[in-house]
Formats: sequence, C-alpha cells, structure tokens
Amino acid sequence: MIAEQARRSHRNERIALTALRFSAAFVIAAMGALLLYLSAEGTKTFFVDRFSLLTFLFSPEFSVENNHPGAAVFVVGTLAVTLFAIAVGGPFGVAVGIFLSEIAPYRMTQVLKPAIEVMVGIPSVVYGWLGLTLLVPLIRTHTSSPSGFGLAAAGIVLAIMILPTVITLSEDAFRSLPPALKEGSLALGATRWQTITRVLLPSAASGIAVALILGIARAVGEALAIQMVIGNASQFPQGLFAPTATLTTEIVTDMPGATAGTLLEHALFSMAFLLLLIAMILIVFVRFALRKRT
Amino acid sequence: MKRNAALAALLLGFSAVATSAPAFADTTITAAGSTALLPLVKDAAAAYQQAHPDVKISVSGGGSGTGINQVVAKAIDIGDSDILAPTHPELHDSRVAVIGFAIVTHPGVTVKSLSKTQLQGIFSGKTTNWKEVGGPDQKIVVINRPRSSGTRAVFTKTVMGSTPISESGLTEDATGTVVSVVKQTPGAISYAAFSGTRGAGLNELAVDGVAPTDDNIIAGKYPVWSYEHMFTNGAPTGEVSRFIAFVQSNSELVRKDGFILIRDMKVKETDR
Repeated sequence: MIAEQARRSHRNERIALTALRFSAAFVIAAMGALLLYLSAEGTKTFFVDRFSLLTFLFSPEFSVENNHPGAAVFVVGTLAVTLFAIAVGGPFGVAVGIFLSEIAPYRMTQVLKPAIEVMVGIPSVVYGWLGLTLLVPLIRTHTSSPSGFGLAAAGIVLAIMILPTVITLSEDAFRSLPPALKEGSLALGATRWQTITRVLLPSAASGIAVALILGIARAVGEALAIQMVIGNASQFPQGLFAPTATLTTEIVTDMPGATAGTLLEHALFSMAFLLLLIAMILIVFVRFALRKRT
Repeated sequence: MKRNAALAALLLGFSAVATSAPAFADTTITAAGSTALLPLVKDAAAAYQQAHPDVKISVSGGGSGTGINQVVAKAIDIGDSDILAPTHPELHDSRVAVIGFAIVTHPGVTVKSLSKTQLQGIFSGKTTNWKEVGGPDQKIVVINRPRSSGTRAVFTKTVMGSTPISESGLTEDATGTVVSVVKQTPGAISYAAFSGTRGAGLNELAVDGVAPTDDNIIAGKYPVWSYEHMFTNGAPTGEVSRFIAFVQSNSELVRKDGFILIRDMKVKETDR
C-alpha cells in the first residue's frame, strides 16, 4: 500500500516537472519566434526596399507614397512624450513611494495601495478616452491651441499611466532597505526628513533608478491611450500644445490600412522592431542598476 | 477518480457539441476590411443568412488594407475595400456600391461652400484662418485620415489633385472618430463617407457650389465619391458569388445604409 503511494507520488512529480519544463520551453520558443519574426519583417525596409538605416532614423519625411520612409518625426515624438511623462510623473511617483513607505500611517497604506493597484488594472483605452473627453477640451479652452490635441495632452495622460509603476517600485526600493539604516540615523539624532533625504534616498538610488527606467519603458510602449489625444500629425513637436506623433501612435494609426508587402508595411514593422530594441536596451539598464545594488 | 470521470464526460460533451455545430451551416463565408462598407456588408449578411439558413457569414472590419491583406493570404473569402489593389493582380474585383464623401466642418463654421482651390489651400496648410475663405476670424483645424486610408485616397484624388496634404493637421483613424472630433472642435474641417456623416449634425460643405447629395453624385456633378469593392482571390464561385450578387442588387439595403446603387450611376469611371 505504501509502496503504491510512493510510486504514485513519484509519477506525479515526474508529470509536474515535465509540465514545468514544457512551459519554460514554450515561453522561450515564443520569445524566439517573436524576435525572429520582428527582425525579419522589421529589416525589410533596409534589405528589400534598400533604404539606408540613416534615412529611416534621421529623415523627417515620412511619405511612403513618395518612396521616403523617414521616421525621425516619430522617434523625436516618442522621446518628447516620454520625457514629458517622466518629468511630470517621475518625481511625483517617487514622492508617493516615499510617503507610502516612510510617512503614511498603516491604515492609509491599506487604502492607497489597492487604489494604486486598480490604476494598473484600468485598460489604456479608458485612460485615452478620459483624456479625450476631459483633458483635450480643457487644454483647448485654456490655451492658444485650437484643437487641444498634442504633446501636453499625451504627456499628462502618460504621466498618470506610469504613476503606479513608479510608485510601487520606488516604495519597494525603500522597504527593501535594511531597517538598521533608518534606526541608526534616527538614533544619531537626525530628523525624519534628514533621514529620508540624506540616508534613505541615496541608499535606495538604484531601486529608484529601476522604478524610473521601467516607468520610461511603460511610457515608450504605450500606444492606444496617447494615440487618442496626441493628434497624430507627422510633424516634429512644435510646442507643448501642437499635435505630433510617436512610433507607437504611427503604427496604430496606419496599420489597419497597410497592405502586406508595401513600403508602408515594412516601415511600420521597422518601427516595431525599433521599439523592441529600445525595450531591450532599457532592460539592460535595469539589470545594470540592479547589479549595482547587490 | 470520480472527479476525473466527470471531467472526461464534460470534455466529451464539449467535443460532441463542437463537432455537431457545423451541421447547422454547410457553408461559411468570411468577409473583412473597409469600415466604410461595413454597415452594408453586415446588414446584407444578416438578410442573406435569414434567406439561406445553411449559410453562415462572418463579417468584420479592420480597414481596407486589412481586407486586401487577408484575402491575399486566403485567410478570408471576401476582402472589403474602398480602394483598388493594383499590387495584387490575382485578386478579382467586384464593385458592390457607390459611396459619397462629404467635406464636413464644425457646426459653428458659417461657410457653406468652398471651391476646390480653396479646399486645396486649406488642406495643404496655406489657408489657416476661416476669414480667408469668407468665414469668421477663427483658426482652421484640419483633420485628416491616415495616409493608408481609403477615404483619404479618394479625397486626395478627387479634390487635392497634385497638391500634397499638409502633415501638420490632426489625424484620426476612423470615420466615427473624425465625425466626433469635428463635432467637438471649433473651426474643424475634415472629410468622411456619407454613411458616417448622415444625421451627425455637422456642417456639410458644397464643393464648387454643388451640394453633397446622392442625386448630384449620380448625375456626375459632385466629384467626391468612390466605388466600394469586394475582392476575392480569383473569380468568386458558389455561395460567395451569390452573396456578392445579393449585396450588389439589394437596392433597399444599399440605400438605407447611405450607399448608391451602381446601376443608378449616370457617370461611369473605370479607375475608382
């Protein structure tokens, strides 16, 4: 009877381990396939249509009908919107992270944390819609912008969308500091503010860097919400309230009409590939920051 | 053990349902593509399925490019499109209807008619204030469709000619979005299919003094119109060809959804 049970548990263990290995192999295969496909499709602009990488990256003229796939406008647009979002949302997010881990009473964190988790769960189309119905008219009536669409609207929506990422990760960065640091500082007579700014903040720097980089990654990758409010004009940002476009919004806008095998389709795939490369570079930065911490 | 048996029974039950389902529909037709044509295809599919219970028709949008891509890849039977597919000679083109496009502005714009030259000035970015074309002193907000859009292609061909559209305008990727953005933005101007602008409460401009009506398109007076195409991979056969013929001939549905019957047209053009 006992032998029977042992045999059965042994068999179950084998099945479970096989299932785990299979899952891991599946994920690796899926990632590999994605990478292969995107790099194959994303380089057709250069190898099939014979445009140089420099034209794609640095030419501002994106008019595929005139045979000119310059994506500089979208690269600059992506940079501008991301910079705006991280400049507004970054400090704010880190501040809330500090508040949650160091200042807020326990009861308050019990309310705030689920609220922040809900913010992550709200679909991006909802953020975009709110931006379109609340923010765009607000900007239109209070600025010189005749339409309200543009860089500022997109940047504000994005700043709100990256908040949960930045808050959660910077809070974690503070919570993972050894308690002795804080206790030592307070015991030496430092005030709470001095402890935070002179002891905790420098010690948590790499963790905060990770929070900001992942916030940037989220901002670079967001498409739908900002596509609804940025105006999607293929021109360099002409100011905070002028419409422009990013890599992601351009893909969303032109993808439905891009016929397979055309230069437009190839150029859009190249932009997708570029986004993948940006994501990879950001992850390398995260790894680097994390290694520094340990 | 008992639970496993129950699970097995459940799975068996599902598979029985799954395998028996196709018995209700002997033929399945899939169509996707143009969102301008979508209302007509949807209504026609519903009517056709009612008359032929053995046929199941699945209809979706996605845009003209998607429709052409999918039918080239043989993923669907019919690719709906506002534009021709010159790069794919293997596709068979069935024209099913004519659609008109209106130049629309925010209801607050008092201008009622513009010439083609004035429209070219506005959309190329040279004319930036409504007072330059006889309207109030107000900035013009140009809203375009994406460069791959069928609607934009029609507008470019019939109104802009060789004048390029300025990239400084806003771009909205669907007829419905264009209509709502024009409606909420003072000074806005754009173009959209009749099927989207009818009853939307926008100011519809006459072009060179000709109002955007079905009659003016039929008579060849109003220039901004196009054929709607159903592309098949090779000439359509069997149930697919019968469905396409049904869409072409169903005058009641074609008119109800804001389209024009091809046989009514007094002007014929081969390259639309």
